[in-house]
Amino acid sequence: MILFFQITLYIWMTLVILAAFLWAPLAGGLGEYTRIFYFHVPVAWLAVLSFLISAVYSLRYIRSRQIKTDLVAEAANRLGLIFAFLATVSGSIWAKVSWGAFWNWDPRETSIFILLLIYAAYFALRSALDQPERKAMLSSVYSILAFVTVPFFVFIIPRIYASLHPDPLINPQGKIHLEVRMLITFISSLAGFTALYFWILVRNINLIELKLNLRKTEK
Amino acid sequence: MLRSWYVFEKDLRQEFKSRYSLNAILLFSIVTLVAVSFSIGTFSASAEIKSALLWIILFFSAMSGLAHVFVREEEKHTADTLRLVTDPTSIFLGKFFFNLFLLLFLELIVVPLFFAVMNFKVAHTGIFLSVLLLGSTGLAAGATLIAAIVAKASAKGALFTVLSFPILLPVLISGISGTKIAVTSDTFQAAGSEVQMLFAFSVVIITAALLLFDFVWNE
Repeated sequence: MILFFQITLYIWMTLVILAAFLWAPLAGGLGEYTRIFYFHVPVAWLAVLSFLISAVYSLRYIRSRQIKTDLVAEAANRLGLIFAFLATVSGSIWAKVSWGAFWNWDPRETSIFILLLIYAAYFALRSALDQPERKAMLSSVYSILAFVTVPFFVFIIPRIYASLHPDPLINPQGKIHLEVRMLITFISSLAGFTALYFWILVRNINLIELKLNLRKTEK
Repeated sequence: MLRSWYVFEKDLRQEFKSRYSLNAILLFSIVTLVAVSFSIGTFSASAEIKSALLWIILFFSAMSGLAHVFVREEEKHTADTLRLVTDPTSIFLGKFFFNLFLLLFLELIVVPLFFAVMNFKVAHTGIFLSVLLLGSTGLAAGATLIAAIVAKASAKGALFTVLSFPILLPVLISGISGTKIAVTSDTFQAAGSEVQMLFAFSVVIITAALLLFDFVWNE
């Protein structure tokens, strides 16, 4: 079953990559660099999703105080950090060819940078705490507090400061309209990346369970 | 409410005995102000740069002293007594009012000094004062909760700034933007979105902190 899933995912992602580079047409009037859209947006979406999952598991930890939920939150944060980093790098490459500079503090760049800072601060906090329960509780609280402030970065700051970032999905009246082939490629890329993400997350959860069982039997 | 007043009063008395936080943040901000003024001169910087500098000075001065309210309790091992004497909500409110008081006292000295040294002028005092007041409320609320987290970790000083920065950045961004508007504009409506944002942030962060503080304190 797992092997079947792995092979399907492998073929799926290969097809997505091929489709993104060869099959999907270019966005109206823009160059080859628009193809990064099929990778940048799913990766950014996973960074935010990961952040949401980690906040949910942190909330579950402070309610149930089961160490496993905190470890899942940590795993989600670790994945989120990787995906946020990938989104930053791919976005930055796109910004270089499109806007002319790798970094110019566009509100979107600011918000992803803050996300990276929050993830980094989360791990800094974890490494500064020794006792497992204390580590779990305090980092859960920090994770929730950070999550509460995210709407300010995502919704309010881009409204105060004009952004040049294209938002074809959030803003359907915007200038960029997706053609059918582009839409198919985009949706399948989004699905493939999300499946990949959840597969990694489930693997992490399995690992956490194994570690906890091992610790129990050692005692 | 009365209990939180007692906590506030206790901290105030303790502070006037040692004057540790007050000296630390006051001297820190004056040193920073002098360094800034010395390095860029009085007349060369534009109003935009000056309003950014004002908030950076205030933010990092707050970071240098506001953690002390909880660190002191942990270091002198008085936290357990406090835990027995009163409930978490009153402790949080008392400490929050104390930090707010400290910050406003600092501003009372540093802001006029900044006006004098940097040759800074505002067109609309109402905007400037409300942005300053709301910004300090948000800063004090976020810093108080993070101080409670940091007090239980090792490497407190560096960690406090690292954890606070991403959480409190909305205050910094809209504070700077609001101050810029106060310099140029003469109607209150011009800074509407900044004032709303600061107000909303303060309300959200105080609510979240009140809900989460229980878990940090009784961990």
